[in-house]
Amino acid sequence: MKKVKLKINEKVIEAVEGKLLLEVAKENGVRIPHLCYEPRLKPYGSCRLCLVEIKGERKLQPACATPVKNGMEVITDSITLYEIRRTIIDLLLSTHPEDCLTCEACGRCTLQDLAYEYGLRKTSYQGEKPHTPLEDHNPLIFREREKCVLCGRCVRICSEVQGVDAYTFAGRGFQTIIATAFDEPLSLKNCEFCGQCVSTCPTGALVSRLEMGKARSWESKGVMTTCPYCGCGCQIVLKVKDNQVVGVESDYETHNRGNLCAKGRFGWEFVNHPDRLKTPLIKKKGKFVKASWDEALALVAEKLKFTKEKFGSESIAFIASAKCTNEENYLLQKLARVVFGTNNIDHCARL
Amino acid sequence: MAGTKLKIKKVKVGLGTCGIAAGASQVYQELESLGKKEGFEVGKVGCLGLCYREPLINIEGSFGRVVLGDISPSELKGAWEDIKNGYFPEEKIIFDGQNYRDNFITRQKRIVLRNVGLIDPEDIEEYLACNGYKGLERVLTWEPEKVLTEVEKSGLRGRGGAGFPTGLKWKLTRAAPGDTKYIICNADEGDPGAFMDRSILEGDPHSVVEGMIIAGYAVGASEGYIYVRAEYPLAVKRIEKALKQAEKKGFLGENILGSKFSFKIKIKEGAGAFVCGEETALIASIEGKRGMPRLRPPFPANRGLWGKPTSINNVETFANIPWIILHGAEEFASIGTEDSKGTKVFALAGRVKKTGLVEVPMGTSLKEIIFDIGGGIKEDKKFKAVQIGGPSGGCLPDKLLETPVEYRALTETGAIMGSGGMIVLDETSCMVDLARYFLTFIQSESCGKCVPCRVGTKRMLEMLNRLTEGELSSEEIPKLEALAHVVRTASLCGLGQTAPNPVLTTLKYFFSEYDMHAKEKRCPAGVCTGLTTFVINEKVCTGCGICVKHCVVKAISGEKKKPHRIDVEKCVKCGLCLINCPFDAIYKV
Ligand SMILES: Cc1cc2nc3c(=O)[nH]c(=O)nc-3n(C[C@H](O)[C@H](O)[C@H](O)COP(=O)(O)O)c2cc1C
Ligand code: SF4
Ligand code: SF4
Ligand code: SF4
Repeated sequence: MKKVKLKINEKVIEAVEGKLLLEVAKENGVRIPHLCYEPRLKPYGSCRLCLVEIKGERKLQPACATPVKNGMEVITDSITLYEIRRTIIDLLLSTHPEDCLTCEACGRCTLQDLAYEYGLRKTSYQGEKPHTPLEDHNPLIFREREKCVLCGRCVRICSEVQGVDAYTFAGRGFQTIIATAFDEPLSLKNCEFCGQCVSTCPTGALVSRLEMGKARSWESKGVMTTCPYCGCGCQIVLKVKDNQVVGVESDYETHNRGNLCAKGRFGWEFVNHPDRLKTPLIKKKGKFVKASWDEALALVAEKLKFTKEKFGSESIAFIASAKCTNEENYLLQKLARVVFGTNNIDHCARL
Repeated sequence: MAGTKLKIKKVKVGLGTCGIAAGASQVYQELESLGKKEGFEVGKVGCLGLCYREPLINIEGSFGRVVLGDISPSELKGAWEDIKNGYFPEEKIIFDGQNYRDNFITRQKRIVLRNVGLIDPEDIEEYLACNGYKGLERVLTWEPEKVLTEVEKSGLRGRGGAGFPTGLKWKLTRAAPGDTKYIICNADEGDPGAFMDRSILEGDPHSVVEGMIIAGYAVGASEGYIYVRAEYPLAVKRIEKALKQAEKKGFLGENILGSKFSFKIKIKEGAGAFVCGEETALIASIEGKRGMPRLRPPFPANRGLWGKPTSINNVETFANIPWIILHGAEEFASIGTEDSKGTKVFALAGRVKKTGLVEVPMGTSLKEIIFDIGGGIKEDKKFKAVQIGGPSGGCLPDKLLETPVEYRALTETGAIMGSGGMIVLDETSCMVDLARYFLTFIQSESCGKCVPCRVGTKRMLEMLNRLTEGELSSEEIPKLEALAHVVRTASLCGLGQTAPNPVLTTLKYFFSEYDMHAKEKRCPAGVCTGLTTFVINEKVCTGCGICVKHCVVKAISGEKKKPHRIDVEKCVKCGLCLINCPFDAIYKV
């Protein structure tokens, strides 16, 4: 990897050639505001917040889409840039319901943070606000479309990462909205309910229905764990309030890059469910009775041993689970083949 | 000629969209029946550019060629006897066989429009008779690099608006790595009031096709697209015909004229969005995606259509190419100014006496175009401003009338060359209202991708709306101006970057009008209805009651034969009373 030297705000910085200026700046402690940039997505450059001055360039350039070059001299803060950023945030607020008080995204909303940072308590513009109906037709994704800042992140993640293309931009000018085909509910479209769009939305325009009203963003603490659903082992952060799981998110700094599927993102309600089994059960006299793990495992071992001795190895079959890791699945086939001497081992993912 | 019976061989009717609108189809039918009787052919030509004199006919025969204008279908039959005998109605003669009689055309220099209005666009033979496809024949004997050098030497800059040097664009496309390359002809022409490209395509489609084939040879492309708006059905039809004829003659297709070079052209009809004229949006549209601009770099020369190197050029740019090849780069470069070479076609419209297509050498002053060619202002009213460069252009006042039309000089004024729209305004126009009009267009055509353009132009428009209704205070005007600057510097594509031009130039040159709207709540031109009141002059009013009948909201009352009154509360300012008062007793304040 070739290294280059560039100057950001007069400071000489070394970076890998071709890396995006916004990312290089961030690594070096220089914050450039942005809304439409997302590390999982291709550069887009539509919010115009990350515009910077680059020596020798006639026009301002979006840092999110500009690869660093040797000898580049960049200014990320100036009166012009400040004015532009403040105006853009002001304009976005002018299209916004400005109801942060009860908004689900309050405390984790980029627009709110930016308004705070730029000292905009409310918009200075009067004028029409968009009237886009909300979508409340499905149990998982709530679309409060009037809060949309049209960063296009949902459209892009659904297309670039998921390959689903459930969303598109529709309409022109001020009437532009994010829509599904024919603007029908997501549930009638090709949406897979992975919730990736929810994970990328910087505002309260897309939220997980399951989390609504459960906790303000600052009330829950994050507990890092591994998603129990499949062998991929995606890293998830359980949002926990009062010892109850109230939601799930995932970080970019994980092997799954913050991406999750429908199960990982929305399938957490069982954790708090009263019907959930928390101990093994052993059937005694036709009734299930709670047991300890040792008790249960001992019973299984005993029965397996008995079956093998009485009926032979071929009388036993093992089914491995997709919820286990590769390593666990490997061990199970070892158990089947080496310990029990049978090739009767299969996997639920093949059924 | 007068008095001798003429041998008429062919009569051609100007059948551009403008001619058809003026009744040229009926003239054509009329001539067809006359032709059958008298044994002459009837043909079509595109628009000669004299829109104010449509319908036009070209009469050709052993005597040469005569062009007549203002032909009404009903008068034609009666006048034909005279025409046949060489008596041409004086006032209708545009070209008398030797000279053009109209300043509108004699003051022009026609390179792009060399054949428009003169040849039948649906007949390749007529194009061939005017050295058609000779340029292509010539370049096929050259190395492609020589074509690039020639075009570069000519100094030709793109006529689509930005003025990028065409030779350089082709060079970059040729140099870009990749085997598959494309040529695109941008015939989107989305500016309201512009019709240069349509007229070229309707009047001389082969010149554009030939230009594209030459471009394909020069950059190493084997496929071209013409992106033309579906609202131009006649242009589409004529291009389709031209492509078929060119293919038949071996100018298009495999191994053109026996060479190793193959090239084909497809037509893609656009749905008519202004933003689809922007090159990256246009490419997205051809690819079947939503027409939204994307960041540049990478430029289309490196990553264009389907990700392949693409040279995208305007219709007029292509139409120049065969001429440059045939006449040489030096001759082209000798026309125009240091900064801008060759000619530029303008669609002259608005309050000038003569409207139509004007092709002038670069460097011609606005004054010459408007007053010498356009004949000055209608009804000899006072000139107020000229809006140049379309909806994203600028509005220039009389003190800038000496400005030469060239890229640099126009940009310095705050306007732009744009694609060639030129709208002349007289004292009856309100500059605030004008800026509002263009911004309304721009706002509804913004693709919605970036914030400054999507929301910024909307808020600017709302401020202008309030200004024209007397609801914007003068303290808010600096805010409007500051927002305009942000939209200009921060927008993603050319649409947003130029959108504030009408506002910024009118603020610069006509600030007093803004001030009057804001401070005195008055529209000096009497255009902004929100600021005008309709009043009846009691001294002149005869009490005839005609206005009462015309007022749809019943805002006028009065006794018969006594002065009437308008109830300002009820009045919706439609102006019907004013137009209909036979005594001119109603006026606006
Ligand atoms: C909003 C917008 C609209 C445009 N519309 C047109 C158009 O209608 N026709 C055109 O040739 N170029 C148009 N352009 C310019 C094109 O992007 C491009 O620069 C041009 O087609 C290049 O051709 P040229 O080099 O021959 O000028 C437009 C640009 C913008 C930003
Ligand atoms: S849930 Fe997944 S598939 Fe559905 S719209 Fe969002 S990103 Fe696309
Ligand atoms: S819904 Fe969210 S992610 Fe999608 S465009 Fe709107 S603000 Fe961006
Ligand atoms: S400037 Fe306007 S038209 Fe261009 S990308 Fe931005 S919103 Fe779209």
